[in-house]
Amino acid sequence: MSRPLPAHPPVDATDSAGAAAPALELRKLTVRHGGVEALARVSATLHAGEITCVLGENGSGKSTLVSVLSGLRRHDEGKLLIGGTPRHFRSPRQARAAGIATVWQDLAVAPLLSVWRNFFLGAEPTRGVWPLRRLDLARARETTVRAMARVGVLGLDPDQPASALQAGERQSLSVARALHFGARALVIDEPTTPITLARQTLFGQAVLAARAEGLAVVLVTNNPRYAHLIGDRFLLLAGGQVAGHLTRDDVDADVLTALMAGGEELTTLTSALTALHPELGER
Amino acid sequence: MIVERPPAFSAAPTGAVRRRPWRRALARPSLPATAGLVVVVSFFAVQAPELLTWPGIAGVLDTAAVLGVGGVAVALLMIAGHFDFSVGVLALASSLVMAMLIGYAGWGTWPALLVSLAAALAVGLINGLLVVITGVSSFLVTLGTFLVLQGISLVGAQRVTSTARLSDLSHARGWSSAARVFDSTLQMGIARFHSSLLWWLALTAVASWALWRTRFGNAVFASGGARRAARELGVPVGPTTVGLFCVTSTAGWLMGTFGLLRTGGVQPNAPALGTAIDCVVVAVIGGCLLTGGFGSAFGAAVGSLLYAVAREGIILSGWDPRWFQSMLGLLLLTALLANGVVRRRLKAVPRS
Repeated sequence: MSRPLPAHPPVDATDSAGAAAPALELRKLTVRHGGVEALARVSATLHAGEITCVLGENGSGKSTLVSVLSGLRRHDEGKLLIGGTPRHFRSPRQARAAGIATVWQDLAVAPLLSVWRNFFLGAEPTRGVWPLRRLDLARARETTVRAMARVGVLGLDPDQPASALQAGERQSLSVARALHFGARALVIDEPTTPITLARQTLFGQAVLAARAEGLAVVLVTNNPRYAHLIGDRFLLLAGGQVAGHLTRDDVDADVLTALMAGGEELTTLTSALTALHPELGER
Repeated sequence: MIVERPPAFSAAPTGAVRRRPWRRALARPSLPATAGLVVVVSFFAVQAPELLTWPGIAGVLDTAAVLGVGGVAVALLMIAGHFDFSVGVLALASSLVMAMLIGYAGWGTWPALLVSLAAALAVGLINGLLVVITGVSSFLVTLGTFLVLQGISLVGAQRVTSTARLSDLSHARGWSSAARVFDSTLQMGIARFHSSLLWWLALTAVASWALWRTRFGNAVFASGGARRAARELGVPVGPTTVGLFCVTSTAGWLMGTFGLLRTGGVQPNAPALGTAIDCVVVAVIGGCLLTGGFGSAFGAAVGSLLYAVAREGIILSGWDPRWFQSMLGLLLLTALLANGVVRRRLKAVPRS
């Protein structure tokens, strides 16, 4: 009695009509924190086999977008379509079952648990029937070692606690887990922990490999140059709204940097200050 | 498919990685308690040699068993990062409910047991839901329910003493069959073992298995040690917490049932205040961290043994029994220090 692991089940990216339905689609999605709209009528299409970079200042709604896509929050209005079907995730478990896996900004690693327990946390492989249903330890350990090797961490003891891993290895654990469970889409909230260039390269390779496998990749980043290097499309968020939806052909890295790093913010600031102090406008 | 898949690794990495089994043993949460148990047993073996005779051992095991049932439940809850003060008073309150249903309403023993279990579960549910929904610290929530239940129980207990009607219930229907389940005894020479011992061992074994070998156990560890990560990965943190509060309240009910069926009535002057903290003390001595995410059911069992040895040892040595509290406090402080050292030094060592 064993249940299949949700590792890369076949995903049909096409609907019944044969036309390709986007892997993920947001239609006028609105999310409110209390009375404040964290996301306001956001529409976007995230295609399979493409990397969509989400860019924006702090508080622009990037993390809210991540938590909606990964099932941590429910949206209040609008639609979230997965492969053409509207979904309302009630828990990250459901999102993961639908093939959407997330690399969280804080990595979502429990320091006192062993590596393999972390890898499968919330989606453990089991065997046996209910009163005696138990973890399939051998399979979990083996899968963990294999998945970690895939992102370049070799010779790992899956029984060591996650706190014994180096910062970069912990990040690799998070990425390996998302790659293992993400059959349809990969949501990456770029971790803030500093990592070495070698790890960053491995990370980038993993993201590109996921794209090549036909996954829709959503990469939330603060680094416009990196985004331009790796991304196919760019979703710019400002104040919870879509400020721009660009493709790689539309912009070069400098424009993206300007858009991202304060271009818009500075314009708003300038107009606000000149309204209060007209003499500033003469400079 | 562009991903290169490296050749499959063997499931178990070689000895170079899996080394130092002794360090693995050192990282067990129950280690300080086990060391403490050895020290306390050898101390009292000299002070009061009767402790190591069969009747002495039976007495120790009896104390440990009743307390250990609550201790194991509280240990699970503490691993999940919460706290329950109300276990001890639930023992008193549920035995009062049972006694009143049998003595006043004339119910059979089994229906009374089931209704008082339902009442205990309701208290656990309220505790759990309050903690999960409001996000208030479980320390304060269960302190509140503890005080409420304590007040009710004291008033109820006073009624009991004034009427004296609930002091002997053993003629009720089904009493003997209930007593066989919860309080049968085994006479070995001059030593008498109670069936609560079997309950304690069985519950500890089940709890240990559930912690290390089931999804539920993973959810318990993650809810305590890394609640945010657990939420992000879809671990049902809320239901797990509420379930654990129900487990502790059931344990409280079980402790009350043991007491009621043994004495045939409610002991109104049984100090509920003492047992309120005792279960928590036992879990902490057994290696549970107050911050959650670390601990074991086995540790709690060793903790309750340590508690019982100290208590029986003081009585058998002929000391003033009030010394016991100070001794317990000393053991608790030592356990806290030892746990802190073990955790800091050996956090980086395999333990599962």
